[in-house]
Amino acid sequence: MVTQDGATVTARSIDATRDWLERNLHSTSIIETERFGFFYGREQALREVSLGIPIDGVTAIMGPSGCGKSTLLRAFNRMNELYPNTRAEGTIRFLGQDLLKADPVAVRRHIGMVFQRPNPFPKSIFDNIAYGPRVHGIRHRAHLAELVEESLRRAALWDEVKDHLKKSALSLSGGQQQRLGIARALAVRPTVLLMDEPCSALDPKATDRIETTTRELAQELTVVIVTHNLQQAGRISDHVAVLLAGGVLAEFGSTRTVFASPFSEQVADYLSGRFG
Amino acid sequence: MRRPARALRDDGTAGPPLDLRPIRKAGLRGLITILKERWDRPVFLALASVSLIALGLILFFIFREAAPILRETGLSGFFGTHWNPTGSPASYGALPMIAGSALVTVAALVLAIPLGFAAAAFIAEVAPRWMKDVAKSILELLAGVPSVIYGFFGLMIVAPAFQRAFGLSTGRTALTASVILGIMALPTIASLAEDALTAVPNSYREASMALGASRWQTIRRVTFPAAFSGLIGAAILGMGRAVGETMAVLMVAGNAPQITASLLRPVRTLTSAIALEMGETAMGSTHYHALFALGVVLLIIALVTNGLAEWFRGRLARKHGR
Amino acid sequence: MIAQVTSEGQRRKRIAQRIAFALLTLSTVSAFVALGAILYSMISNGVSALSWQFLSEFPRKMMTEGGIYPALVGSLYLTVGAVLLSLPFAVASAIWLSAYSRGGLWVRVIRVGVNSLAGVPSIVFGLLGLAFFVKVLGLGVSLLAGALTLALLILPILIRAGEEALQAVPMNFREGALALGATKWHAVRTVVLPTAIPGILTGVILGVSRAIGETAPIMFTAAAFYMSRLPETLSDKVMALPYHIFVMATESPNYYKTRNLQFGAALVLLGMVLLMNLGAVTWRARVRRRKQW
Repeated sequence: MVTQDGATVTARSIDATRDWLERNLHSTSIIETERFGFFYGREQALREVSLGIPIDGVTAIMGPSGCGKSTLLRAFNRMNELYPNTRAEGTIRFLGQDLLKADPVAVRRHIGMVFQRPNPFPKSIFDNIAYGPRVHGIRHRAHLAELVEESLRRAALWDEVKDHLKKSALSLSGGQQQRLGIARALAVRPTVLLMDEPCSALDPKATDRIETTTRELAQELTVVIVTHNLQQAGRISDHVAVLLAGGVLAEFGSTRTVFASPFSEQVADYLSGRFG
Repeated sequence: MRRPARALRDDGTAGPPLDLRPIRKAGLRGLITILKERWDRPVFLALASVSLIALGLILFFIFREAAPILRETGLSGFFGTHWNPTGSPASYGALPMIAGSALVTVAALVLAIPLGFAAAAFIAEVAPRWMKDVAKSILELLAGVPSVIYGFFGLMIVAPAFQRAFGLSTGRTALTASVILGIMALPTIASLAEDALTAVPNSYREASMALGASRWQTIRRVTFPAAFSGLIGAAILGMGRAVGETMAVLMVAGNAPQITASLLRPVRTLTSAIALEMGETAMGSTHYHALFALGVVLLIIALVTNGLAEWFRGRLARKHGR
Repeated sequence: MIAQVTSEGQRRKRIAQRIAFALLTLSTVSAFVALGAILYSMISNGVSALSWQFLSEFPRKMMTEGGIYPALVGSLYLTVGAVLLSLPFAVASAIWLSAYSRGGLWVRVIRVGVNSLAGVPSIVFGLLGLAFFVKVLGLGVSLLAGALTLALLILPILIRAGEEALQAVPMNFREGALALGATKWHAVRTVVLPTAIPGILTGVILGVSRAIGETAPIMFTAAAFYMSRLPETLSDKVMALPYHIFVMATESPNYYKTRNLQFGAALVLLGMVLLMNLGAVTWRARVRRRKQW
């Protein structure tokens, strides 16, 4: 969708991107980290994390609290840099390009994020969704309306809000606000969607809806989700990375394999709920 | 902030599907991005520096206009005990004003510090929620009253009352000025002291109460000592405000340039000397330079008290890990 | 409570506490009394002078009769000028401090600058205005020189209010915008600033109420003892309400005749300032209560 003023929110389909990856990089990992470490001041949050996020399916990042799972997620769209005195080492590659040396604004255009606590802007529902496209230069009302509807449908929120798009987003329930956050991120048509414990503030029913939506979205884009809820990870993820205290990557693989027969004893303990 | 279409390249074979190059290496696109998106940090930094520039201007010009006094009277002349710029020979000794400011300020603080600390303790530790809000609003209103109104009130109401009460020839004395200044410094001291008390972690209070101490004992033995450096900071800042106050003192202190320890006599302060005499001096005269030199003394006192107060307040914050 | 058994020591402790708390309460009440006394004396002595003519007429007969119209207008000009000159810089400073600075030396330096500026006595601002705006820039004793001087004086007040307002906007909002690929400035302009505007306006009101009551900074830079007409250009001198009150109270040739007028003028100034402060305080409380995030 290219508007008169040349702005666009077109993204290539997941199939085309997968083709490109296989042909040029001979890989199916859309994001690859290599010995990635991260520091807040002197405190090291992540240690030599090396993994590749597969382009297909949902990848869950798990681990006990304080293990750095959010830090890893927020490294993928360079949100960690908003805090003072941070430092990264190692590399992260996104579609073969060095993410840590990229223009962070461009990165965030392609890697969307849903936050732990719903954070709608104090604006109308429409303006919330249209915020991203507007950032990228789309001014045409009809195009915006089209994008808003499409995004709300993809986030399974359209039916509930289509009659009051002008209402303040703050009037929505917590679950609706979180789906609004998903729709807002989808409106710029990202290649990857990062979700930072999106259900931690929600009741079971709202959680269920988000999980269903997430599964559906995984058909069209890459989803990376941080969760401390084992059942949730089991339900929705295809791949799982388990971090342990100190920011060490202990296990990474398909969810079924890791859950059934973890290599490391510590991960087995964690998965059986003995700590964390 | 539009990101142009060329951010996406659709020829899958030629290059990566997305252009994420850092803008310094992105050629023309990078340059355009810098102009369109990266102007903000330097511009805001420049605009934010205006306070520094203002401070620099103040320092530069006050010192520049005061400097000739060193040549004209010398340091010992300026720190002499007689101020009589219009007499012959004229004398420009600043000590009477320094003494006047000191006397009035100390007396004002004797009034304002106990009241201010007590009010702060009341607000922070004793008062129920609604009373807390009311008391804070009143302090804020009191702080908002213009100094010329304080001066007017002192001149019209307080001075005549003191004149009658103490049987003086004039009610415009150091005492009147001190009382008015004390009222003026009260809200500053009280609200800063309240900040300091509130900054003390609740766990301290709980620990003390758990040992069977009463609330008052806790305030006196735990909260106040823990907030000590913040309280000192509040007192010092209150002092800085009192020294720098002009209009109220000008209107009620009587303005006689004399060195005295008696509160019942009129005094002239640094600020009131400047306000009173600047209008009558020729620009560039020795008198003019001497008044700016009084300004230098004031400015130094203000900056030092301000810095000290910040340091004490910062120390409190550091101690309790905030 | 275990039982009604109270030892002698405990009773003494309780009495001590009661006395101490009474003293603390009394100290707080003293602030209330001071405010009440000032208000009462201004109202009881000044209210009889108030009338539409008092507000809308020029002073007459060596300022022994007539109103305060030119002083009111002059104060308005000075104050509005000062806020207009100061606000853009203040908001920009607040934005830089709250959104752009990532700790470090510059922030500390600028913060020290703002704090020091806030502690500079108002008469020293007057001296700067005289030496720099009036003399070096050649503005003369004028509306513009006075407004510039006042603008510097209220700069730290506006910066602090602005920073507080911006900092009250949750980090969440800014992150949400940045995660969508917005630049920092775009996030500030479209999400943070609009949310912070009530807070910034509160700061503006406080700045106005401070500027309108200041006398010392305009004494040598703008204020006129008496003018027979309103200022027409930026280089005219102006009458100002606080200076008018000062002059009337200290240099009035006929004290008894003008006493009523003086209280009237003081009441008008005090009323304006207190109403603005009260408005700002209650509005701020309302904004804080209504906040939904």
